[in-house]
Amino acid sequence: MKLYEYMAKGVLAEAGVPIPRGRLCRTPEEAGAACRDLGPVAVKAQVLVGGRGKAGGIKVADTPEEAEAAARQILGMNLKGYTVDTVYCESKLSITQEIYLSLTFDPGSKRPLLIASASGGIAIEEVPEKAIIKRGIPVAWGLQPYMAYQVARRLGLGGVLAREFSDLACKLYKAFVRLDAELVEINPLAVVDGHIIAADSRLNVDDDAMARHGDLPTTSEATPLESKVRALGLAFVQLDGDIAVMANGAGITMATLDVLQHYGGKPMNFLDAGGGSSAGPTAEALAILFNTHPKAVLVNIFGGITRCDEVAKAIVQVRREQAAAKDAPLVVRLVGTNETEGHRILREAGVDAFRSMQQAAERVVALAGEGVGAV
Amino acid sequence: MSVLVDEKTRVVVTGATGRQGSFHLAQMLEFGTRVVAGVTPGRQGQEVSGVPVYDTVEAAVEKHGANAAVVFVPGGLAKDSAMECIDAGVPLVVVISEHVPLHDAMVVNAFAAERGTTIVGPNTYGLCSPSARCKIGIPPNSIFQAGPVGVVARSGTLSYELVASLTEAGLGQTSVVGMGGDRVAGVNFIDMLKRFERDPETGVVVLIGEIGGTAEEEAAEYIKGMSKPVVAYLAGKSAPPGKRMGHAGAIIERGRGTFESKVAALEAGGAKVAQLPWEVAPLVKAAFTQ
Repeated sequence: MKLYEYMAKGVLAEAGVPIPRGRLCRTPEEAGAACRDLGPVAVKAQVLVGGRGKAGGIKVADTPEEAEAAARQILGMNLKGYTVDTVYCESKLSITQEIYLSLTFDPGSKRPLLIASASGGIAIEEVPEKAIIKRGIPVAWGLQPYMAYQVARRLGLGGVLAREFSDLACKLYKAFVRLDAELVEINPLAVVDGHIIAADSRLNVDDDAMARHGDLPTTSEATPLESKVRALGLAFVQLDGDIAVMANGAGITMATLDVLQHYGGKPMNFLDAGGGSSAGPTAEALAILFNTHPKAVLVNIFGGITRCDEVAKAIVQVRREQAAAKDAPLVVRLVGTNETEGHRILREAGVDAFRSMQQAAERVVALAGEGVGAV
Repeated sequence: MSVLVDEKTRVVVTGATGRQGSFHLAQMLEFGTRVVAGVTPGRQGQEVSGVPVYDTVEAAVEKHGANAAVVFVPGGLAKDSAMECIDAGVPLVVVISEHVPLHDAMVVNAFAAERGTTIVGPNTYGLCSPSARCKIGIPPNSIFQAGPVGVVARSGTLSYELVASLTEAGLGQTSVVGMGGDRVAGVNFIDMLKRFERDPETGVVVLIGEIGGTAEEEAAEYIKGMSKPVVAYLAGKSAPPGKRMGHAGAIIERGRGTFESKVAALEAGGAKVAQLPWEVAPLVKAAFTQ
């Protein structure tokens, strides 16, 4: 889960990281008032996507009138598909140096990784590899002050700045672990009047650890449909095609989308009904898919332990009970225990049933009127 | 022959009395796996499918000489259970649990490295060696057949699909190993490719990957120096960037982990990459007759 900048800063300030003074505003008038209290401000769009500065989501205002005008421009703006509904007004800084600092994890070495660069203020992907410092951190001991001093030295920081950097990095590491973060990034870590301060920050918390962080604010990037299906405990991503897809397992679901695309079909979604999921949520999810009025629906189940006759009965029941499901073309690929019985149940209900993934994919693309053999 | 497990593997199941644990314990027994004990704290003295249950892994190891463990507890509890297995001296720990927090996975791996324990998973279906009659995990028993193909994968049901297609084509397996779909996992592609390269019974290796991360690219470097042919299949060609496709690890972030970069790397490493799932078995067959 990604946190908004203002949320991330709130959490980091609690951890002892220095941040500029700022205030969250929902209207231009609030932004004007914030500027009256804080002096010159940067008015910053609160969105969960990066690159907002380049996209016009950050404006500097020296007076309350300018702040109001800036907020009026930014609020309601569409930034990379997300509508801006809040701005964060933050004291304008006279920055003399910009540093990049982040903590994340390295899948290769299976431990946390500190990444720093003296070329801060731009996206780290745009910084040449030789200007990036990477320091693996032992899980058992965590980031020690001396390690941060080593990084400070390589960044060219000395004196007070080296001490402040080391202190900040250690506090940041503690927060990284305590919050189950997968990424905490400060970019830029700014030098202002001879001291360092976190001018911008990102904090992504591990979704799998949310259960132990009930105190954190929550955000969602999901569309309403995604939220609805995910509430059933199933993995769902909306795509821009029109063939609805359900399969069991993340890998096979991805492969199903690939195969559809190979035959010229356009998948509408990724829906992983789970390797061993029960019939209940699966049927509910299928009902939701039908109600989006797709051109056709493909269900791809490699049963294994799951009983195919039970899956078939659940599918037929959804088709019988849901008005939207009655006429939508439906193709089922079903393999596993009691497969023959499952296929019989489906065929009797007028549903195309296949053993082969290839045949099922070709059939559903044809029914949707897409692909090479489109009618 | 097989990798990681053999006829002498004796398995302890943690979370044995839970719904998943008890069901799969019975399935493993049916496959022929020597499941010697179960563990659920507070349930010592009970039995699951005739297998005795203990409060601690330590007791299961002392009484039954367990030398492999499989973890079925919920994700939030998996760190404790896996660390208990490592501490009890079990050399192979397979973590089936889903939704294990990232920082927990890092702690488990650090402890395993210190003790020299092999971790498979988390969020894996486990592994199976048909000729050793040893399955540790959750795949359906019916898809496997003993033979000369080694399989290593990130994804579960995609493995079942492809292993079943190999079996149907008469291509049995030495071992099938799932590494799991998470971002921080125990054994990786290279660890398993090394074992298959050394295993005298394995003739061809199938690598089943997906978008996200750089594990396939790193594996490609190792494949360059392998004597055995590698056939690969990758899922996620049509996935949009920035979306988590079910697996935590299956996400294209900041331009890294794309399908194209993985295919290019694997082909440069000498692997044959199947475009469609059902092309895997014919490519394996062709690799044997080369």
